[in-house]
Amino acid sequence: MILLSFDWMLAVEKLILIAVIILASLGIALYTTFAERKVAAILQDRRGPNRAGPFGLLQPLADGLKLFFKEDLIPNNSNKFLFILGPALAMTAALMTCAVVPFGDKAEVFGRTVTLQIADVNIGILYVFAVVSLGVYGIMIGGWASNNKFSLIAALRGASQAISYELAMGLSLIAVLMITGTLQLGEIVKQQMSGQWNIVYQPLGFLIFFICALAECNRTPFDLPEAENELNFGYHQEYSSMKMGFYLFAEYVNMIISSAVMATLFFGGYDLPFLDESTLPVNIAAIIGVATLLTKIVIFLFVFMWIRWTIPRFRYDQLMNLGWKKMIPLALANMLLTGAVILWLGK
Amino acid sequence: MQALTNRAKPVERRPMTWLESIYLWNIIKGMAITFSHIFKKKPTINYPEQKRPFSPVFRGLHVLNRDEEGRERCTACGLCAVACPAEAITMEAAERLPGEENLYREEKYAAKYEINMLRCIFCGLCEEACPKDAIYLSETFAPSNYTRKGFIYGKDDLLIPDPKQAPADFAKAKGLAEA
Repeated sequence: MILLSFDWMLAVEKLILIAVIILASLGIALYTTFAERKVAAILQDRRGPNRAGPFGLLQPLADGLKLFFKEDLIPNNSNKFLFILGPALAMTAALMTCAVVPFGDKAEVFGRTVTLQIADVNIGILYVFAVVSLGVYGIMIGGWASNNKFSLIAALRGASQAISYELAMGLSLIAVLMITGTLQLGEIVKQQMSGQWNIVYQPLGFLIFFICALAECNRTPFDLPEAENELNFGYHQEYSSMKMGFYLFAEYVNMIISSAVMATLFFGGYDLPFLDESTLPVNIAAIIGVATLLTKIVIFLFVFMWIRWTIPRFRYDQLMNLGWKKMIPLALANMLLTGAVILWLGK
Repeated sequence: MQALTNRAKPVERRPMTWLESIYLWNIIKGMAITFSHIFKKKPTINYPEQKRPFSPVFRGLHVLNRDEEGRERCTACGLCAVACPAEAITMEAAERLPGEENLYREEKYAAKYEINMLRCIFCGLCEEACPKDAIYLSETFAPSNYTRKGFIYGKDDLLIPDPKQAPADFAKAKGLAEA
């Protein structure tokens, strides 16, 4: 029986890991909405939500519960199948990206060595890009199926924005990949643990990547798909109840994932600087690793919010000018420079 | 033409330089400003827990006063109703019967005394008009209500607690004791 020779414990282990990571990212996303409001309040000299529970900590639960109890409307003239598919796709695409992010090195549970990464695919970063670009279908389909002109315009904006900024993002990534020489995220982190973080070699690349990540997550200043004042909330205008919640939630999950990817690519992933993890017991090193990555994610999330509550939204032509005339040439120059330096040093 | 103030600035219409056109420096400046606001004092008061003290001359809800023996001071003379610019006060007078001397201070009293808090402008003219020192404005304001009817305050809402039967409540209403 060839079937029995399969390591069934591996499947169980991976399933548990998948459940933990999905629940954790949903939980973090839930509290990111809370943090968003708190950060907004603090940056504007306000107090923010502080009524539900101690320090308002139950606020996200109250918000979620409220969304669940709202009436779930589907517009009469909408395409019902696509209308439901839109938010589902947005959420799935957001969650699928977690699969290749290394959350830590290894842990030992019941005598088994568990890798704290769902799948260390050898084309990890390509997978991330593929899935992230799928996310735009959630916006497109949702906006189109709503049968509403505002939603449609927002969806088109979202799609063209995502395409424009993905180019610069990919180009800035190529420079990183020239240095690492691998697409495997686990390997990229291991290289940074033994050597320098990639941010040291690629500060400009990181900057471009970060700006493009803002655009990919539809965060301010690039939140044109949901521009409240001109498009009436954009592509999720016709949505209500938990479908709307899924869209809003997917945005936060996307933020978390892009923070994790940025931490992995440029800031050493789960690597705590000035600490040699190999001397520590495996499980302690794993805990430190996970905590380090989470800290880096939280810092990135704060910067995301900090930017959101500082900068107003770009006008659409400014957005396109920045994407095509500034970001892409910069990314190209960065790529060429990196390539030239690598050739010159003869690595 | 001479400028009105010396603050006038000519509008600059030169195209942005390349560095300006990627907005980075200005964005960083803006972010520094928002970051500095983390350390600023918040002006918000946590309302139901913390309250801002009223001014000593604050004019709030009306109170119908009693004298030291707990008798109602109001004689239903109607001067407050006449003085009221918003016509918020109505009353009906009644004659004190024998045996009610411990309830009412004089031979005539207000059987019904109503103030419509939606009409009232809290000017305090009733307080000034009253010759018997029977009505004054306290330091609380009318709480919200679901119906218009709920804002018509009768005698049971306005009358101060009896200083003899409920001295603690009386002191509280007078503002003598801490709430």
